[in-house]
Amino acid sequence: MPKPLPALIACPHCDALYHRRALAPGEKARCIRCGAVLERHPGVLTPDHLMALVVAALISFAIANTMPIVQLSAGGLEHTTTLIGSIRVLWNEERGLTATLAFATALAFPLVELSAMLAVLIAIRLRPGAPLVAALLRGIQAVRPWGMIEVFMLGVVVALVKISHTATVVPGIALWAFAALTVLLVLIVNYDLKQLWRLRRLEER
Amino acid sequence: MSEIPTAHGTGLVLCETCALVSEPGDSPHPQCPRCGAPLHPRKPNSISRTWALLIAAAILYIPANLLPVMTTTTLFRTTSDTIMSGIVYFWKSGSPDLAILIFTVSIFIPVAKIGCLALLAVAARTGVARGLRQRALMFRIIEFVGRWSMLDIFVVTMTVGMVRFSSLATVDAGPGAAAFGAVVVLTMIAAHTFDPRLIWDSSEDRR
Repeated sequence: MPKPLPALIACPHCDALYHRRALAPGEKARCIRCGAVLERHPGVLTPDHLMALVVAALISFAIANTMPIVQLSAGGLEHTTTLIGSIRVLWNEERGLTATLAFATALAFPLVELSAMLAVLIAIRLRPGAPLVAALLRGIQAVRPWGMIEVFMLGVVVALVKISHTATVVPGIALWAFAALTVLLVLIVNYDLKQLWRLRRLEER
Repeated sequence: MSEIPTAHGTGLVLCETCALVSEPGDSPHPQCPRCGAPLHPRKPNSISRTWALLIAAAILYIPANLLPVMTTTTLFRTTSDTIMSGIVYFWKSGSPDLAILIFTVSIFIPVAKIGCLALLAVAARTGVARGLRQRALMFRIIEFVGRWSMLDIFVVTMTVGMVRFSSLATVDAGPGAAAFGAVVVLTMIAAHTFDPRLIWDSSEDRR
């Protein structure tokens, strides 16, 4: 078994090796060789605060995907759109690859990430050394780059502007829910998962 | 360059999953003592894999730009839009800001990303010692902005969904959208596969 050296820190971008130093609130450690951020002070956010944010994000997610994003009226007809509805239309039009991409990045991966975050925050309170905690954290890190709610949010706005040339568009509740979700996810993703890894004591394995 | 010790140079290894530094010892397949992930001093076959993904992305970039991403059918006619003609439409219809936005994320970023990663891969292999910090910064920017290229996929998805049931027109996604999505995914994986530590390794061998 390799010997852990938690007092050291290595730059993930250039491999420079340093001794870890305690950081004051608001401080961050930068690699002097390549300039990458090595570590930042966790700030005022505790894992419990994080859990509150994750629960809020899950609620926003539920609203964002059940309520209409926009209401469209054109030629006397009214029609509401949801993300799932749009993906279904693409799928039925045999645009499977495009539909799958949108489904994975705007819906499935963000949901998996948020659910796994909630599970890991509960599990870590009970037993930080549990193998489940490691599996969940690894899963979160794997899906995180593929969740693109903030890009989707911008995409909706662009599509709205485009459509508003030809039809009357009324933003729905889900649009605001997506906006809230975007803000919450920024806060959640900013929390350094290394903090959670460190809660695992090394002898528990 | 000052003498900064590296993990690899001192026989240590950084876990890419949980960021723990450990001393791997002499086991042939060491695992991280904290998270159990396999440990390796550098990402395996990083440069070859990056090249494979970049070449695939560059090839798909051609249909992504030539095939229509969106087809609009009205009572009178059917029009197809490629990424570029969509940008021109925004420009002419009084939204130059959106035209610039879409141009940046759909044309500029993917091309710049493929070009920069190719440059980084070549420089890492040949061991150019100049501009190390600049290249490190370039990589971090590429990693950060790549996801925004997905914008057009979401615009197409939502436009199709919104216009679907109106009587004025139907909008359908074109094959270009799928090719473009594949380009974005491939370049994201390529950036993830490239190990930025290789930028610095080759320059050390030279000294």
